[in-house]
Amino acid sequence: MGKKLLLEKDHVPGIRSYEVYRKEGGYASVEKAIKSMTPEAIVEEVKKSGLRGRGGAGFPTGMKWSFLAKPPGVARYLVCNADESEPGTFKDRYLMERIPHLLIEGMITSSFALGANTSYIYIRGEYFYVARILEQAIEEAYKNGWLGKNILGSGYDLDLYVHVGAGAYICGEETALLESLEGKRGNPRIKPPFPAVAGLYGCPTVVNNVETIAAVVPIVNQGGDAYAAIGIGKSTGTKLISASGHINKPGVYEIEMGITVEDFIYSEEYCGGMKGGRKLKAVVAGGSSVPILPADLILKTANGEPRLMSYESLADGGFASGTMLGSGGFIVMDDSTSIVKNLWNFTRFYHHESCGQCSPCREGTGWMEKILHKILDGHGSMKDIDLLWDIQSKIEGKTICPLGDAAAWPVASAIRHFRKDFEEYVQNPSSIKDVHHYYRLNDLTEA
Amino acid sequence: MSSDKEIKFPEETLELVRRMMKRYPEGKQKSALIPVLHLAQAEFDGWLSPQVMDYVASLLNIQSIEVYEVASFYSMFNLKPVGKCTIEVCRTSSCWLMGAEDVIRHIEKKLNIKTGQTTADGMFTLKGVECLGSCGTAPMLQVGAEYHENLTLEKVDSLLDNLRKEDKRKCYTDHFDPQSN
Ligand SMILES: Cc1cc2nc3c(=O)[nH]c(=O)nc-3n(C[C@H](O)[C@H](O)[C@H](O)COP(=O)(O)O)c2cc1C
Ligand code: SF4
Ligand code: FES
Repeated sequence: MGKKLLLEKDHVPGIRSYEVYRKEGGYASVEKAIKSMTPEAIVEEVKKSGLRGRGGAGFPTGMKWSFLAKPPGVARYLVCNADESEPGTFKDRYLMERIPHLLIEGMITSSFALGANTSYIYIRGEYFYVARILEQAIEEAYKNGWLGKNILGSGYDLDLYVHVGAGAYICGEETALLESLEGKRGNPRIKPPFPAVAGLYGCPTVVNNVETIAAVVPIVNQGGDAYAAIGIGKSTGTKLISASGHINKPGVYEIEMGITVEDFIYSEEYCGGMKGGRKLKAVVAGGSSVPILPADLILKTANGEPRLMSYESLADGGFASGTMLGSGGFIVMDDSTSIVKNLWNFTRFYHHESCGQCSPCREGTGWMEKILHKILDGHGSMKDIDLLWDIQSKIEGKTICPLGDAAAWPVASAIRHFRKDFEEYVQNPSSIKDVHHYYRLNDLTEA
Repeated sequence: MSSDKEIKFPEETLELVRRMMKRYPEGKQKSALIPVLHLAQAEFDGWLSPQVMDYVASLLNIQSIEVYEVASFYSMFNLKPVGKCTIEVCRTSSCWLMGAEDVIRHIEKKLNIKTGQTTADGMFTLKGVECLGSCGTAPMLQVGAEYHENLTLEKVDSLLDNLRKEDKRKCYTDHFDPQSN
């Protein structure tokens, strides 16, 4: 069994309640931080830990924290990103639902380190019932003196609130999230300025993912070096992986970074192998936005090395033969899967979720969806495949926020690795089996 | 919604709105807009009419247009009347891999409506939605605050029967007892 830092206690009966969580050692990081550490010392431990943002981009958290501007007399904010909408990702929900106090504890310790006196957890609206669980935990934390005025007699004040969204993938992008938290449409902002300088209400702000904030708890408790000793290379610590698709045991797994992909898919400890013993066809390893890889390339790098579950190994080979760890949304597809139809599904998703500010993203996602629809309808031509390639290449890197890239990469990688599948549909439309075109375009705008 | 119903929150909801507005710094009360719209949708028959949005604008002391532009951006807000129970089936990748299409087709047949429509008796609206963070328990659907996961067609049948029997409006803000899970 691998080492667990976040989900070690997730099966302790009653761990959702304050009493049990506290009895199991909860809130020790707040005590240690506030009583015996300076904010700067905490930032230093986080830097030492090598922790990288778990929201998808993998940016070093300690570095992000040290960028936070500190003009005197200006409020600073910590905002937790619990928008979790990247298809294939459900780890944050699991963590918040099972051990809500771990996130609350992480928020308090992190807010203290950043000098924030008001912090928010922005949670997607569909997770309303999870928001209630968090609010209950927050209430317990207030009652027991971990939140509010003069925490542990230190003179440090902190208020923590849950804020629900209302259904928009784009609000996971940090500047769209801040707009949404200000009561506006979720349109990403042009950067710079970055949130570290001008974020919520124009004040310096740090936005971090749920899992990132939770990881601060073991880092403060055990020290940054102990955290960095787990994992491999620059992928330190543990990572929550949301595993779904054609596997025997879908679910959330906390892994030590550096285990092999093969072990993750086939071992009993994790996914337990392919459902029905079928053959692995492809994997989307880090949420819908990252490049899809065929079985041979996800299990082994282009050099024939075993592929590992780490930022570096998954990215090995660049986009020619690699992918990204992303949010850890690990979607497994067996040999019955239509790659073309899955791509259409993703593309429809991005078209639906584009905020519409940039023409390459707004128009390009729509055109890619239409062309894929045409191919699936049996009316595609070889030129359409090239056109798809052309469109995605004109979105990537040319938009305000990375949603454009996120829409382009799945298309590029599917064509790169599965071009034969597209050609087969074009040349032999009768091969388009089990493709129901179920969602008509007007269903989408209507619904 | 019926036009004779007065558009005004009951006192306890108003109290909740005031408390919500206090969560944000002085002068930033607009931040409470999305949470308050959720309360409004739950209070006024599951959708946001222009009159309801104007009322919310007056509560937060902002322009109506600021409410319209937000309400029309987010997919959880309905700008048209809906049935008592909105069945929201996830249609994104992992759910699709595990049979979401069969679930949707089954419900359409059973309720005799298409996705996006409401049954003639005003009981059900069927909606296709994007990934709800339940991909490991796919296929799934949401009704109000509740997640229904690891669906089979039999489970869908008994859910629809139960909802019909219960005959209650389901909202995202419905009380959910965390201990029951
Ligand atoms: C379209 C889009 C959606 C995103 N969705 C999420 C999300 O749901 N949760 C999340 O933590 N980060 C999401 N991100 C990444 C955030 O912008 C941001 O990088 C992250 O919250 C930073 O936290 P971290 O450093 O702890 O990872 C998204 C980014 C983009 C471009
Ligand atoms: S890339 Fe797409 S989602 Fe991002 S700002 Fe532009 S239009 Fe909006
Ligand atoms: S794909 Fe359906 S819940 Fe994620």
